[in-house]
Amino acid sequence: MSNYIKGLFHGLGSLLTGMKVTGREFFTPKVTEQYPENRATLKMYDRFCGTLTMPHDAEGRNRCIACGLCQMACPNGTIHLVTETVTDPETGKPKRRLVRYEYDLGSCMFCHLCVNACPHDAIRFSTEFEHAVYTREKLVKVLNKQ
Amino acid sequence: MFDFSIITEWIHGLLISFLPLGVATFIECVVIGGCLMLLYAMIAIVMIFMERKVCAAFQCRLGPVRVGPWGTLQVFGDVFKMLTKEIVTIRHADKFLYNLAPYIVILASLLSFACLPFNRGMEVLDFNVGVFFMMAASSIGVVGILLAGWSSNNKFSLIGAMRSGAQMISYELSISLSILTIVVLTDTMQFSEIVERQADGWFLFKGHLPALVAFVIYLIAGNAEVNRGPFDLPEAESELTAGYHTEYSGMHFGLFYVAEFVNLFIVSGVAATIFLGGWMPLHIPGWEGFNAVMDWIPGFVWFFGKAFFVVGLLMWIKWTFPRLRVDQILTLEWKYLVPIGLVNLLLMVIVVVFKLHF
Amino acid sequence: MNATLKEKITAWEPAAVWNDAGDGMFAVPAERLHPLAELLKAEGFDFLRSLTGMDWGEEGLGVVYHLEATRTGENVVLRTQTADRENPVLPTVCDLWRAAEFNEREAYDYFGIRFLNHPDMRRLYLRDDWVGYPLRKDYDPSLNPLRMSNEVARDTADSFELTPDGSFIRHRRPIFEEDEYVINIGPQHPATHGVLRFRVSLEGEIIRKLDVHCGYIHRGIEKICEGLTYPQTLALTDRLDYLGASQNRHALCMCIERAMGVEVSERVQYIRTIMDELQRIDSHLLFFSCLCMDMGALTAFFYGFRDREKVLDILEQTTGGRLIQTYNTIGGVQADIHPEFVHKVKELIAYLRPTLREYHEVFTGNVIARQRLEGTGVLTREDAISFGATGGTGRASGWACDVRKRHPYAMYGKVDFDEVLFIEGDCMARYMVRMREIEQSLRIIEQLIDNIPEGPWQEKMKPVIRIPEGSYYAAVEGSRGEFGVFIESRGDKSPYRMKFRSTGLPLVSCMETIAQGAKIADLIAIGGTVDYVVPDIDR
Repeated sequence: MSNYIKGLFHGLGSLLTGMKVTGREFFTPKVTEQYPENRATLKMYDRFCGTLTMPHDAEGRNRCIACGLCQMACPNGTIHLVTETVTDPETGKPKRRLVRYEYDLGSCMFCHLCVNACPHDAIRFSTEFEHAVYTREKLVKVLNKQ
Repeated sequence: MFDFSIITEWIHGLLISFLPLGVATFIECVVIGGCLMLLYAMIAIVMIFMERKVCAAFQCRLGPVRVGPWGTLQVFGDVFKMLTKEIVTIRHADKFLYNLAPYIVILASLLSFACLPFNRGMEVLDFNVGVFFMMAASSIGVVGILLAGWSSNNKFSLIGAMRSGAQMISYELSISLSILTIVVLTDTMQFSEIVERQADGWFLFKGHLPALVAFVIYLIAGNAEVNRGPFDLPEAESELTAGYHTEYSGMHFGLFYVAEFVNLFIVSGVAATIFLGGWMPLHIPGWEGFNAVMDWIPGFVWFFGKAFFVVGLLMWIKWTFPRLRVDQILTLEWKYLVPIGLVNLLLMVIVVVFKLHF
Repeated sequence: MNATLKEKITAWEPAAVWNDAGDGMFAVPAERLHPLAELLKAEGFDFLRSLTGMDWGEEGLGVVYHLEATRTGENVVLRTQTADRENPVLPTVCDLWRAAEFNEREAYDYFGIRFLNHPDMRRLYLRDDWVGYPLRKDYDPSLNPLRMSNEVARDTADSFELTPDGSFIRHRRPIFEEDEYVINIGPQHPATHGVLRFRVSLEGEIIRKLDVHCGYIHRGIEKICEGLTYPQTLALTDRLDYLGASQNRHALCMCIERAMGVEVSERVQYIRTIMDELQRIDSHLLFFSCLCMDMGALTAFFYGFRDREKVLDILEQTTGGRLIQTYNTIGGVQADIHPEFVHKVKELIAYLRPTLREYHEVFTGNVIARQRLEGTGVLTREDAISFGATGGTGRASGWACDVRKRHPYAMYGKVDFDEVLFIEGDCMARYMVRMREIEQSLRIIEQLIDNIPEGPWQEKMKPVIRIPEGSYYAAVEGSRGEFGVFIESRGDKSPYRMKFRSTGLPLVSCMETIAQGAKIADLIAIGGTVDYVVPDIDR
């Protein structure tokens, strides 16, 4: 009988403790992020991997030498390079040149292997993350400026 | 104190002045029924919005904010969506019972809703065994839930319905016992009378200890009666996906949903009526000025204020506790609430007999 | 392995041949395997760490067994094989170690090896109408086009018995009787935490039988790995147990580094240890949240997720990923820790301690939660070891199975922390183990965070990574148990066979034992506290 009563009050006490916590949280500031509204202030961490990009300098040149190491390093064929061989006007030797750098965001695992493989830092990840499109084809992006 | 019966009597007088009594009464019934349903729907909308906002606040969220200012139009949008959705009929279900079930649930809910006294003179169903009627009407709901679970031809639904049956029938007892405690104190079963007797003090204070215990038991049992957390086993989301209404869609599901929320309001409303003085304002003996100010506030504001206070309390409970298990729910009822309720009833009888109450 | 044990085994079984390549293992003829296994079991080798099906090509098909004695911590590796590729048959060991029940089904599924006297020889992951055995080297993928028809559920379990004249008898046993009330919990169910399916036979609310169906998220990662280079395989480990991404990758990196003989710098060891512990906190916070949600306490669920967000922010700032971090690399880590890392971790520690108290107030102490968790779903210590249910589940049953203590790696040998042990083995114990482990993780991080030594964060590696011939096994303590990597190398740039010891598979395999006689609501609590992650089971 005493156990019964003790259990009853102990149980009630534990319930009230729980309600005290939720009651306190009721008035604490909320953590919801108002996403599309807070775009202006939303800043991703600079290492965040949103998508693969190929930085271009002011003249619109990139540093890709079309060596294809990134394409080889990729575990699931996300990167596809279209190259052509041109003759270098200075040395007269044939040289590979990048035509299209196709990157399929839809199958990218963000494993960093392409970025690690690149000998000239021609590609890197950017923090852009708003990728929603209506068809899968639109996820295949051409990274180099033509 | 504003008496709503002035208006109803005026309308009645107006109608019988050019209509025979029977026709006038019929028209009044239809109008009152319409008003009741309108109020019912409005309360459902307010309750759903409140639930979403309150639970969000407990969970460190904002809740709906996009539709309308502070998300106020969210529920209207939800209702509209629900109305436009297809009502899916499933194969191998008992079509008749399947379609009937939501209406039984809503009927039970509406009938007990009609018993609530919102203001002086603003009672729809008010007669000398009103308390009995309310309890009888509200227990029809379990039939609808059992039918829904059975006719859906879904194993999850059936388990949900069976749990619901066991739970609601058990907890009916505790509700009755705690209401009976107050009936002993008031010696009436008419809701309007019960409220009138609280003019000089709410029963929660008047009946001291037994009334307080009855209030707590009533809240627990009432919460269980409307299948809300921590007693939401019949629809335990993480166990039975949606329990008895798994197979319902569109407005059929909507009816269950609305009935659940209004039932919560009804439970709170009854608690407000029999424990917290219904539409009676708060009076503190001796503070004449204070009491006069309180009297200025209309009765239905008092009623809704008290009812929503209890609703808030129940929401706080729901959003804090984990769910019980089916055997624990029955243990709680039969090993704790019923014995305590019985002892409490006895205590109240002693209090009344020896005139120990205030 | 020590010399006396080697001598012992050679004395018991003269036919067992020691092979030194890689970690080293005994090759045992198939017909002598079971007697030797029995002797080893009697010797104290009661924990089957891993069971790996193999295709050795010309040599035939076989199985590799990793055994451990829980009392002494000794390890032994056995292999056995059969040359018959048409109708390969091996003896079962599931009568000795129940962990073999599911693992042998997996080997059957992948390689078509039939285990004699195994009670339930169904496929584990693949569809029953799958043609061929995908991890065999001669498997032709064109045999299995994408099927658009529904899989017909099989209701019988096969077992094979050897008759004295050398032929086999196939026994068919119905899994459920005609008149049983069977409900499907899953694959789409809020409480299975992913696409896992339980078929449950009920009597009222009480569970009588439980049949686990895996494979809804099976991606064949082990098969894929055989076609990838070693650095490429790393990317897939994060996608096994996504709440232990850091530890999984750590295990694979460690295995490859050890095989290649690469020593990573102390700085990397520190960083890896801290990351593993952050990941563990992340996982355990999610465990708390999901358990609360399963139990109906939705508010506590949000508190857990709110605080997990803070851990993820720290991980994201340094690694660039939240769930999938792709941080560890062979010979180091992807990038040095962020300049703000140390500061933020300290803030997190200061924040988490009081928050944990809040969790205990809102959930642990709650009388409803206690009533539901205490005494339900008891897993005994013997069963835990036999099933190989490591991690919090094993420790809740009193089995000191923490890899960080058993085989210290990275910095774990040098930091001071307690292995949280409970003896009850019920849901409450499993829950409390994890809550206490968060505190221990904080303790470990606290000891390391101020002392991260200077040094390179990436060793210089060859452009093409090859592992010397042999087989290697490395294990770490993942978020929910021992996560092991077994690599068989032929000296190529990609593995010949790569097997991941799933942390979750032993956990679901013991579900039937735990859940028997419990109620549906208990099944949810058990599933929540056993804490499996489905992609890790299915791989």
